[in-house]
Amino acid sequence: MRVFMLVPAVAALFAAQLPAQDTTELLNRMKAMEDRIRALEAEVRTLKAQPPGTVAVAAPAAAPALPTAPVEAAAQGPPPGAPLTLGGAGPAAAKVLNPDISVIGDFLGAAGNGANRGTPSLQMHESEVGFQEVIDPYARADFFISFGEQGVNLEEGYLTFTALPAGLQLKVGKMRAAFGKVNALHNHVLPWTDRPLVSQNLLSGEDGIDDAGLSLSRILPAPKGIFLEGTAQVFRGDTDGVFQADKRSHVSTVGHLRLYRDLNESTNIDLGGSFARGHSPWADAWNQLYGADATLRWKPLRRAIYHSFVARGELIWARTVLAPVRSNSPIVTPFGFYVSGEYQFARRWFLGARFDRSQRGNCLPTNPATTTACDTRLPLNALLQDTGGSLLLTYWPSEFSQIRGQLRRTRYGEGLTANELLFQFQFSMGAHGAHPF
Amino acid sequence: MSKRLFASSVLLLTAAAGITQAASKLNVMTATQDLASLAREVGGDLINADSIAMGYQDPHFVEPKPSFLLKLQKADLLVVVGLQLEIGWLPPLITQSRNSKIQVGAPGYLDMSQSCQILEIPTGQVTRAMGDVHPLGNPHYWLDPDNGRRIAKTLAAKLSEMQPANAAAFAQRYADFDKRLAAAEKGWEAKMAPYRGRKVVTYHRSWPNFCDHFGLVVVDYVEPKPGIPPSPVHTLEVINTMKREGIKLILVEPYFDLRAPNKIAQDVGGQVAVLLPSVGGVKQVTDYFQLFDYDINLLVSLFEKVK
Repeated sequence: MRVFMLVPAVAALFAAQLPAQDTTELLNRMKAMEDRIRALEAEVRTLKAQPPGTVAVAAPAAAPALPTAPVEAAAQGPPPGAPLTLGGAGPAAAKVLNPDISVIGDFLGAAGNGANRGTPSLQMHESEVGFQEVIDPYARADFFISFGEQGVNLEEGYLTFTALPAGLQLKVGKMRAAFGKVNALHNHVLPWTDRPLVSQNLLSGEDGIDDAGLSLSRILPAPKGIFLEGTAQVFRGDTDGVFQADKRSHVSTVGHLRLYRDLNESTNIDLGGSFARGHSPWADAWNQLYGADATLRWKPLRRAIYHSFVARGELIWARTVLAPVRSNSPIVTPFGFYVSGEYQFARRWFLGARFDRSQRGNCLPTNPATTTACDTRLPLNALLQDTGGSLLLTYWPSEFSQIRGQLRRTRYGEGLTANELLFQFQFSMGAHGAHPF
Repeated sequence: MSKRLFASSVLLLTAAAGITQAASKLNVMTATQDLASLAREVGGDLINADSIAMGYQDPHFVEPKPSFLLKLQKADLLVVVGLQLEIGWLPPLITQSRNSKIQVGAPGYLDMSQSCQILEIPTGQVTRAMGDVHPLGNPHYWLDPDNGRRIAKTLAAKLSEMQPANAAAFAQRYADFDKRLAAAEKGWEAKMAPYRGRKVVTYHRSWPNFCDHFGLVVVDYVEPKPGIPPSPVHTLEVINTMKREGIKLILVEPYFDLRAPNKIAQDVGGQVAVLLPSVGGVKQVTDYFQLFDYDINLLVSLFEKVK
């Protein structure tokens, strides 16, 4: 194609620069060029006759000319002189519309005396498969399917509307509720191998408040430099051992207010208040949960990949209505909390510690289950208190794998003490996920 | 009294005009300070430009802090480096920004890698056994002034598209930038000319475009693989390579630990150059021109030392 354009240009150049020369010589040259054009036309015809796959198409220039706006380029078609491209992008290009796929493996081992909540010595605790993709100009979807050793569970699967007016964001689907901090986190982003006692006793453990529903959130007006976000959620109302919907009207609701502020470029504070209400599994009444959480993070930007510190704590109060009414007080109000710290002392190494304490109803279920059966000698609304402490060491061979050890000592309300070593191997493949924050 | 009234009216009108002008300014958010600097070059006072990652932090590992959401929420245009440089932190920020203008594919989302010359595009099989590879190509492309020019030109076109009334001003500012960059490039190239073909070792693969433009040859890396910290065995290999090939200079980004590079430099009798990959890498480097001034002056002085 370039040759076709060059010929008239060169001819014009000759004509302009050599006006005095013999015109016969010029005509001869032009004739020779005409011959070459004919030969090239024949070549092009031959090439066009071949199937597209056999045509060797020149690769696009590595350094394109100065770019123009994409819209402009699309409207004008390929620039003159651009290499001839035959055929479309090919069937393989359709795969670019496939979602981002990732798989995260979580292998967990336990040694020592597990007392009331003994976990298996070795287990492929969870294999989480994620599918994430933009749906259309208005929404994106995220699916996380969790495979245990025996069963499969849709951990989360929701649609997020990203283009709503008034700064609103709507999520629809099954999702982990925005109650506190730990409830919203997937297992693989926890800073421990387990969930704190308060989560196990009052929030259905690793299953958590994870239900089908709608979530509406908005960034609220606040003084400069403060991020204030309000979230309101409505769920079907089923959370094992916490809420149970016997009727359509038994929906559960969750509200969360988050306040975040940068103290300086390295340090920030994140505070939250949560509320949840749902129908009691034990009586025709409503249970309530209240939570407060605080997180302090430090990460010096110049050495962000080598050093960081995160301190976090969460307090949860529950008000659970029990049935049948065997005493004058068919309500229990257990309380629990944890405080935890994690210090990154080298690029691949993290040291952590956690203290947790939580009450639980004498006859209420926990996750994992507490083996001791309901003690009928105690009143139905009696509270037992579990206390635990953990030391953790985490090593990252790379950004995509993690090895963690946790020494955990727990004194259960029944008087038993567990001393355990938990160890965990986590690994991810596929699409690069976002770093947890 | 009437004079006072007149003065107050003038003041009010001026203030109102100021507000109108401020309201019509485009809010441009960029992933890095380099892109913000180039946006300021072509946008001048007609835009507000701000960035997320600081020039002295590793752009692969930025925390997606909610405070960034406050800025992204108001952005008219989000300019990203692309090629998965920001994959660990920008996607959740975009989703949570509640700003439909800057969602991927929307008119206010501009992936600058689409307009630049990209090096190290992997061919053949790509696996994470190769480290934290960028399967779409090396994202540190802004370190070639020719790409800087392409970025500025693309930004001028985008800003003109978004605000046609100021198109002439953006075009004029781009033309002026182009002229100044051409003049500066001559100076940088003249300074680097004596060292063309010199071999260097770099910590991370941040410098292919820079080295390609200024004629330096990268022979090895302090990281055994992208994203993997230096190991004793690999460090020894680097020392041997440098000794064998007479290499004396190691280029390191300001956010990496200097222990391994210093050890290597000590063993080979060389120097460590803490070169800035981004505007804002040190306080005094506040724009794209100063970035190259700083890096080239440092390189020239160290090349002189290790002659």
